[in-house]
Amino acid sequence: MIEVKNVNKSFGENHVLHDFSAKFEEGQVNLIIGQSGQGKSVLTKCIVGLMEVDSGSVLYNGRDFSKMNRKERKDIRKEIGMLFQGSALFDSMSVEENIMFPLKMFTNMSKKEMQERADFCLERVNLSGRNKLLPAELSGGMMKRVAIARAISMKPKYLFCDEPNSGLDPSTSILIDNLIQEITYEYGMTTVVITHDMNSVIEIGDHIIFIHTGRNWWQGTKEEIIKTDNPEIIDFVYASKFMKNLKGKLA
Amino acid sequence: MSYIESVGKYVGMIRQVFSKPERLKVYYTRTLTEIETIGINSAGIVAILSVFMGAVISLQTASNMDSPLLPKYTIGYITRSSTILEFSPTIISLILAGKVGSNIASEIGTMRVTEQIDALEIMGVNSLSFLVLPKVIAAVFFFPFLIICSMGLSIIGGYYAVTLSELASHEEFVYGIRAFFKVSDITYALVKTCVFAFVIVTVSSYFGYFTKGGALDVGKSSTQAVVWSSIVILLTNFVLTQLILM
Ligand SMILES: Nc1ncnc2c1ncn2[C@@H]1O[C@H](COP(=O)(O)OP(=O)(O)OP(=O)(O)O)[C@@H](O)[C@H]1O
Ligand SMILES: [Mg+2]
Repeated sequence: MIEVKNVNKSFGENHVLHDFSAKFEEGQVNLIIGQSGQGKSVLTKCIVGLMEVDSGSVLYNGRDFSKMNRKERKDIRKEIGMLFQGSALFDSMSVEENIMFPLKMFTNMSKKEMQERADFCLERVNLSGRNKLLPAELSGGMMKRVAIARAISMKPKYLFCDEPNSGLDPSTSILIDNLIQEITYEYGMTTVVITHDMNSVIEIGDHIIFIHTGRNWWQGTKEEIIKTDNPEIIDFVYASKFMKNLKGKLA
Repeated sequence: MSYIESVGKYVGMIRQVFSKPERLKVYYTRTLTEIETIGINSAGIVAILSVFMGAVISLQTASNMDSPLLPKYTIGYITRSSTILEFSPTIISLILAGKVGSNIASEIGTMRVTEQIDALEIMGVNSLSFLVLPKVIAAVFFFPFLIICSMGLSIIGGYYAVTLSELASHEEFVYGIRAFFKVSDITYALVKTCVFAFVIVTVSSYFGYFTKGGALDVGKSSTQAVVWSSIVILLTNFVLTQLILM
């Protein structure tokens, strides 16, 4: 379980996170939703320690991340898998080298075992046989999927996905959502997914946090978000005419 | 940011670069790759420059020696000492600062702005040591070879320039090359080269690693890397020459 307590973060004058608190439970898919520029990516970077928080704390199973020494932080990080908004694949390495990289660095697997693991991960993101391609030879959506494969190659305890299905077609998008959900349940991971996609919200959102003006504005389950009358959520969810019509019909 | 702060940040970076590597085998393979990218791939430009540099030095020396009192072998002697002591280690290092320095800064800078460095950190890899240490080792080990080749090629360039234009004979030039030879001159040059190699790699990595922003900023970092490596090379050259030759 990850617990975020009263986190504040600003960049100069720009106060991004205001006293943000939330809990991310184990074995479920936690979604963070919110408009562009509201601090979703900044929040995840603060949680994993890529950005230092100005005040507040982040607890991994009750242990304060900012108070850990270098070695302890490193040990936690080996249990984190992260998908960056821009994929962040190593562009000097092929698809399979990217996936095998953490295995090479931190496990004692043989070459064959690593190969098998890479093939397995690629299969799960529907990219079997693309092992030897370089990131520059992939489409944006393929890069995302390779990045997911890399994030799960170490069977992480904590999985962070920054917009895993932006730039993907609806069917691949659902495939990725289902994959994230499946491995979360299978491995009992603490999963945090940032998304804009209402399909994902309805499909996999066990616990949903709506971030607005840098605050934890609303939280609940997917059943609750459909029924809520919180005006900001209604603006966010039912932004399009299509959705507005749909809501009218449902009501 | 003040210069003192930058120097502090640089020193902090160096300490992390030399912290204990995670996987020796991975570092070893990376070092071999780096020897190829920053060493072997620079051999061509070093060779061409050295030949012409040697030729020009010897022609200049010959044309400035109009006094009949100076023996002809002085041309060979001056060509040798100036290439070995200064031109090969310093000028070639400046050229390498341009080629290798900009390459390193843009490579690491791009990794920074595309979050690849964050990705390494998240995996628990010490990104500084992982990215920079193999380059430092590759350069510090390989640049001396490049410089030795450069010395040889400069002297050959000088030899052909002078003998083909009949400013001195084969015997005179070769006698000059051999006159008053001290092995310590070469040692001195190679020590300087190792220091310059270290400067080029670490200064360029510094600018690459601490890039902020986007593609435009990577370009800026790369320019700064070249400018500052060159400045630091010239400063350390001055200090080292004082220290060793005095
Ligand atoms: N490294 C940074 N330096 C300065 N400001 C930053 C930095 N990163 C983010 N910000 C600012 O923080 C705010 C939140 O950015 P963030 O990337 O978290 O948005 P987001 O919610 O992820 O948006 P999107 O959905 O578009 O990805 C923005 O105003 C942005 O300008
Ligand atoms: Mg974002």
